[in-house]
Parts: sequence; C-alpha cells; structure tokens
Amino acid sequence: MATNEIVLALLRNAPAHGYDIKRDHDAWFPEARPLAFGQVYATLARLERGGLVNVLETRTQNGPERTVYALTERGEQQLTEWLSEPAGPAASSAEEIVRKTVAALRTGSDPGEFLARQRASHLHRMRELTAQPPEDDPAARLARDHVVAHLDADLRWLELAVERVAAAARSTDHHSHVMPEDDL
Amino acid sequence: MSDRPDEPVLEMTAVEHAYRRTLALRGVSLTVGAGEVLAVTGPSGCGKSTLLHAAAGIVRPQAGSVRLLGRDLATLDEAGRTQLRRRHVGIVLQFGQLVPDLAVLENVALPLLLDGHDRAAAYTLAAEWLDRAGLDADHDTTPGELSGGQAQRVAVARALVTGPTVVFADEPTGSMDTIGGEHLLELLLGAARDRGAAVVLVTHDNVVAAYADREVPLRDGRVEAEAVLR
Repeated sequence: MATNEIVLALLRNAPAHGYDIKRDHDAWFPEARPLAFGQVYATLARLERGGLVNVLETRTQNGPERTVYALTERGEQQLTEWLSEPAGPAASSAEEIVRKTVAALRTGSDPGEFLARQRASHLHRMRELTAQPPEDDPAARLARDHVVAHLDADLRWLELAVERVAAAARSTDHHSHVMPEDDL
Repeated sequence: MSDRPDEPVLEMTAVEHAYRRTLALRGVSLTVGAGEVLAVTGPSGCGKSTLLHAAAGIVRPQAGSVRLLGRDLATLDEAGRTQLRRRHVGIVLQFGQLVPDLAVLENVALPLLLDGHDRAAAYTLAAEWLDRAGLDADHDTTPGELSGGQAQRVAVARALVTGPTVVFADEPTGSMDTIGGEHLLELLLGAARDRGAAVVLVTHDNVVAAYADREVPLRDGRVEAEAVLR
C-alpha cells in the first residue's frame, strides 16, 4: 500500500492533524483495514524528514497537543507524479489502481488521463502475454490465463470508472450551467 | 492499389456519419499501416461498427474522407468499391452474414468465383480454409443449420480465402467460447501476418484487443487517447 502518497493526498485539500488524517482515510477507504494511529504519525514524521510536509502549527487548546501538517510544494509534486503514474500491471496492483482513482477524485483531480494510461499499461501487459506462442503445457497456459483474467477484470473496472467519472462530470455541468434563454 | 509504398492501408480523416438524428461518428481520424493490427474498442453504441462499415466502403460517410489502399472511396461508384473489396479486402461481420441459400463451401468459394477464378480450384481452396478455421460441420451445410460460433468460423474462412491486403473484422469471436475464439483469432492474425496484411478488429473484448499492435478507443463517436501496445 502506498501509505506515503495516500497521506499526501489526504493533506491536499487542507492542512490536518494526525487524527483527521486517520478519520478521513478510513472514510475514503471503508473496505480497507483502518489506518493505525502509530502508522499515521510514523508516516508524517517520514514525510516531514523528506520535506514533503511541514508543521503548520501545534495546538494545545482544549485537550491534547495536536500538530497540524500541511503539504509542501515538493509533496504536492510527488503526489501529482504518483497520481499520473500507472501501477505495475500485476494482480497485486489492483488495490493501488482503486486508491489512485479514489484519491484523485477526492482531491478534485481529473483521473481521466491516469485511467487512460493505466488501460494502455494493462493492455500492453496483456498483449505481451498473448503474444507468447501457445503453451503446450496446459498448466503453464492456465497460469497465464489467470493473469490475463485478472488484467481483464481490472480493465473492465477501468472502463466503468471512465463511465462513472464522465457521468458525474455531466451531472455537475448540468446542475451548474444556467442556460441562456437563446439556447432554449 | 496505391502507387506509394509508404501510404497507409487505411486513412480516415474527420469522418462523420449519422443515422437519422443520431450521430454515430463525430469527426473520426485514424490511419492503419501495412501489416498493422489495429483494435477499435469501446462500449456498445460508441460507433465502432459504423466506423468499420465506413472504412470498408459499406456505408458512405456524410463528411470527411476515407482512403482505402490508396483510393478515395468517395470517388468510386458502387461497382468500383465492390471490386476493390472483392480483390483486396476481407470482411468478417458480426453474426457471420453468410448467404443463407448457399452451402458453407459455396459461401467461402463465392468471392473467388465472383472474381472469375476456376471453379474446381476455388472449391479446393475454400475447403482448405474451412478446415483451417476448424469448422466441425459438413461443407454442404447451409448457414441456417450452424451455431453462431460455426458461422463465425465460416465468415473468417471466407474473409481469408482471397488472400486480402486488409481484413476488417467486427467482433469476430463474439459468439464463441474462449478457447475456440482464441484459435480463430490466432488463425486470422497468423494468416494476416504471413501475408503482411493489415487487420482492423472491432471489439468490446479486452482480451481480443490485446492481440492488436495499437488500440483506438472510441467513445460517443470520437477517438479517445490512442495506445500503442506493441
């Protein structure tokens, strides 16, 4: 799991302290394992050392001390790069594809280009697999079929994602666009 | 045929086509090089089949131009387009589109016979291609007696029998099981590769698209970002 980048994404909308980050993470990814507080603080410390986040302020009012973190320019740049990069087309990358798309949508980024690149990357891998000469050994062929089937499942999810993002954009346009009388 | 060896096999420029009031193609441009396998993908209703029909000269687009094998299709009359297709183009349409009254052997031999080939030679070649396509039915069966998958095998044999320079295939394995579809696709692409023929595959199936060198995704009649897969 790309915890570093997910925490950067969680900070993109507004500065936040560790508790907010944990709460927002668990809301973004309700099906995933909840983020442990220890993991949040360790990640924030690591990101701060790398210059990707900085401490905005430390609040001590009404309760325990809370450090508020903000994304630095470098952090923003790293997040943008991560969001645009396709994940490796392996079965284990499926979760990362979902995470990138959700993180892009939640932070107001357009995931369209990423989705197109990810599709190309998956199809490219699928082509490498199908371009190999047919295996005489059914077990070897089946092992390859399994990878192809997983890639196909991801590709169908990517198509659905493109459809849903487009439908959501149409719906936003529809609600925000006031049609001049001449257009009616 | 083209006088320029480097000229694309197919060149579509700003092609538009509408059925009644529904725009199926909204300014589609694409090229296909010699020996290239192109997959045109997208959800149903995105204009894929219309694109294939316009590329093969089966429908005349209302705007834009289609150059096939160096010829501007708009400058050819129906007879000219038919002749170009018969000599140089193999077409596999969805559901086979075989002539219902003819036996499958006659269906496959038909393009050769129409082009003036010797009858006995045409039937021999047709029988060879039916065997290569893996048809497990008698050659004197009529299309009405075939399953969807068998009809697609016959359609592929008919498209390849003339040794075309370009093959247009619309969901060529749509009615087939995975292993049968794989075999037919490998036959189609292998035969094209051996001849250096180009193939345009229209499909909504990602596994089929992954056999292509390049993908052109179509959405609402427009080309989205192309992807090179080779």
